[in-house]
Amino acid sequence: MELLSGGEMIARALEDEGVEYIFGYPGGAVLHIYDALFKDCKVPHVLVRHEQAATHAADGYARATGKPGVVLVTSGPGATNAITGIATAYMDSIPMVILSGQVQSHLIGEDAFQETDMVGISRPIVKHSFMVKHASELPGVIRKAFHIAASGRPGPVVIDIPKDITRPDEKFEYDYPESVKIRSYNPAQRGHTGQIKKAARLLLGAKRPVIYAGGGVVQGEGSELLTKLARHLNVPVTNTLMGLGAYPGSDRQFLGMLGMHGFYEANMAMHHSDVILAVGARFDDRVTNTVSKFCPGAKIIHVDIDPTSISKTVQADIPIVGPVGAVLTELQTQIEQLQEKDGAGPDEGALARWWQQIDEWRDKHGLWHGRRFDTSDHIMPQEVIQTLYKVTGGEAYVTSDVGQHQMFAAQYYKFDQPRRWVNSGGLGTMGFGLPAAMGVKLAFPDSDVACVTGEGSIQMNIQELSTCTQYNLPVKIINLRNNYLGMVKQWQDMQYEGRYAMSTYEDSLPDFVKLMEAYGHVGMKVDKLSDLEGAMSEAFAMKDKLVFMDIFIDPMEHVYPMHIAPNGAMNDMWLSKNERT
Amino acid sequence: MRRIISILMENEPGALSRVVGLFSQRGYNIDSLNVAATEDPTLSRLTLTTFGDDRVIEQITKQLNKLVDVVKLVDLTEGAHIERDLMLIKVRATGVERDEVKRTADIFRGQIVDVGPNVYTIQLAGTAEKLDAFVAAMGDAHILEVVRSGVAGISRGEKVLSL
Repeated sequence: MELLSGGEMIARALEDEGVEYIFGYPGGAVLHIYDALFKDCKVPHVLVRHEQAATHAADGYARATGKPGVVLVTSGPGATNAITGIATAYMDSIPMVILSGQVQSHLIGEDAFQETDMVGISRPIVKHSFMVKHASELPGVIRKAFHIAASGRPGPVVIDIPKDITRPDEKFEYDYPESVKIRSYNPAQRGHTGQIKKAARLLLGAKRPVIYAGGGVVQGEGSELLTKLARHLNVPVTNTLMGLGAYPGSDRQFLGMLGMHGFYEANMAMHHSDVILAVGARFDDRVTNTVSKFCPGAKIIHVDIDPTSISKTVQADIPIVGPVGAVLTELQTQIEQLQEKDGAGPDEGALARWWQQIDEWRDKHGLWHGRRFDTSDHIMPQEVIQTLYKVTGGEAYVTSDVGQHQMFAAQYYKFDQPRRWVNSGGLGTMGFGLPAAMGVKLAFPDSDVACVTGEGSIQMNIQELSTCTQYNLPVKIINLRNNYLGMVKQWQDMQYEGRYAMSTYEDSLPDFVKLMEAYGHVGMKVDKLSDLEGAMSEAFAMKDKLVFMDIFIDPMEHVYPMHIAPNGAMNDMWLSKNERT
Repeated sequence: MRRIISILMENEPGALSRVVGLFSQRGYNIDSLNVAATEDPTLSRLTLTTFGDDRVIEQITKQLNKLVDVVKLVDLTEGAHIERDLMLIKVRATGVERDEVKRTADIFRGQIVDVGPNVYTIQLAGTAEKLDAFVAAMGDAHILEVVRSGVAGISRGEKVLSL
């Protein structure tokens, strides 16, 4: 058996694990590891400009590919800088393995230079963590970390590694385990057949059914099965912010996103439904509005790999714990069997009436039908996203930051495939978009990758423009420029009588076009609607250039629909500044 | 409603902090906590008492089960069970009070395990409720110090919490 040092074991284990990229930043506690990577490691390392960006880039890579993202940071500030990105991945159940350096074992607890209790600090935002006590543990720990990160409900796993564990002069036998068994960790492999049968009966008898699908369908590779089931039953589908792309966005049966900024028809259909099939979704407060008023007439079937997601906020009538793929497959079979053997439903008359009702809602207030935009040459934010959709043929990977631009992108870009929409849904992390786009672009260099952002969010990780230069990552940055923190301003307009406390930059914003030139990128300023499509086509035609489009939009526009809170139900919405349900 | 949750978990550094951290992170209560290794040195047994309605308790047990270090758990209050809390209580005992304190300890089947000219230290085991009753019977004026192990519990009959 081969003898390797701790540092060499890490380099080798990442190769053996099939890792494609390491996102990281060196420092004292990880120098042995970096030296081992430098000497002999086939896995390329991407040097970011701030550790937060390393985690977001790994996260973007993971969301687009489904494989765990890998991060390597040093102890102390390196580790704490990674925390926001770990929390972002945790909230959205993204598989990630974070290797953090630690001070030497004998210094732990002595407030040594660049010491921080990484296992302690990250504990509430990781799926699991390890502190390595001896170099010989490394292969087993790394194998377990990848297994835990990617299986069951995925999530980030931290491995904290004291510097002495990686020292080059102490070598131990290296054997990377083929399989992994953890006696206390056994995620469900399939759903309960009896429960699935009950769900099949309920769905076949439904008169006003809705499928409410979340990020779990994307993570669990369940999109095709979900689409097949929805079409088989002729049931309308709504996706959460995290679930966009789980069901084709341009399909007739798709109602759009639901929730706080969900489509009118999606929220109305949910509220008036009699059966909800929730798959890989967690009844988040941004979906349900007031829980006690949530969908009063609906029986709820809830499929999720994580039992804690079920009946956490909204009580499920038929809980099914299991992987989305296995459960949907069995559900489809059960439904088909019931139809063949018992000649059971669906109730076609009732479904026809239900669709008629939904179409009426769509005609009345649907996003794509009823909305009137400004007829002047002023650019509305919605038009930017519609133009992006057109120019990229609906095929781009779209990352976003957090705020109004994120909601406009979620509403107006119709994602037909899973893993194309990459955003921080749960934590709502500004600064996510650009580094996430870097991770996506590395994974799919031949695809268009757009980062939809605002001038607030982009400045939270703008240093990564330099990383894009170093690794030639020609992403397209679509900056919806309104000179405000748009979503903060919207709330201040609606709830604080327009007192814009700290939500404007006045004249302090940089000249983004010149800034891009400084980094070796291309900057474009667009402030006329008539220029928009041409400029965007030009930007996407520059295949090998990062282009930053600084697009001046109507600063007074709000995102609608918007749930009326507090105490509102799913169907209580503002539809514009002066119309409500 | 009061529940006694008994957990079998990996005897690993950090495992206890994950359990305790979960409670503070998610706003659950811990009324008492008791933890020690078992006959299998790789496993610890942790017993905690908590309060909550059925929904909260369901979430607590699910969230605990989700922790990678937790091997198995049982809500002892769902079935017949035995609970024991161990208390060492130091009370002022001078003059005529010495007899009175001893009598009360005898009634509760406590043992005086240390004697000083002015103090008795009494050991008492039983349900948390019994210990509370003894503390009340002693009265604040007598009590100098109280230390309790926290509830440990086990199911009655053949039901076993093991691997």
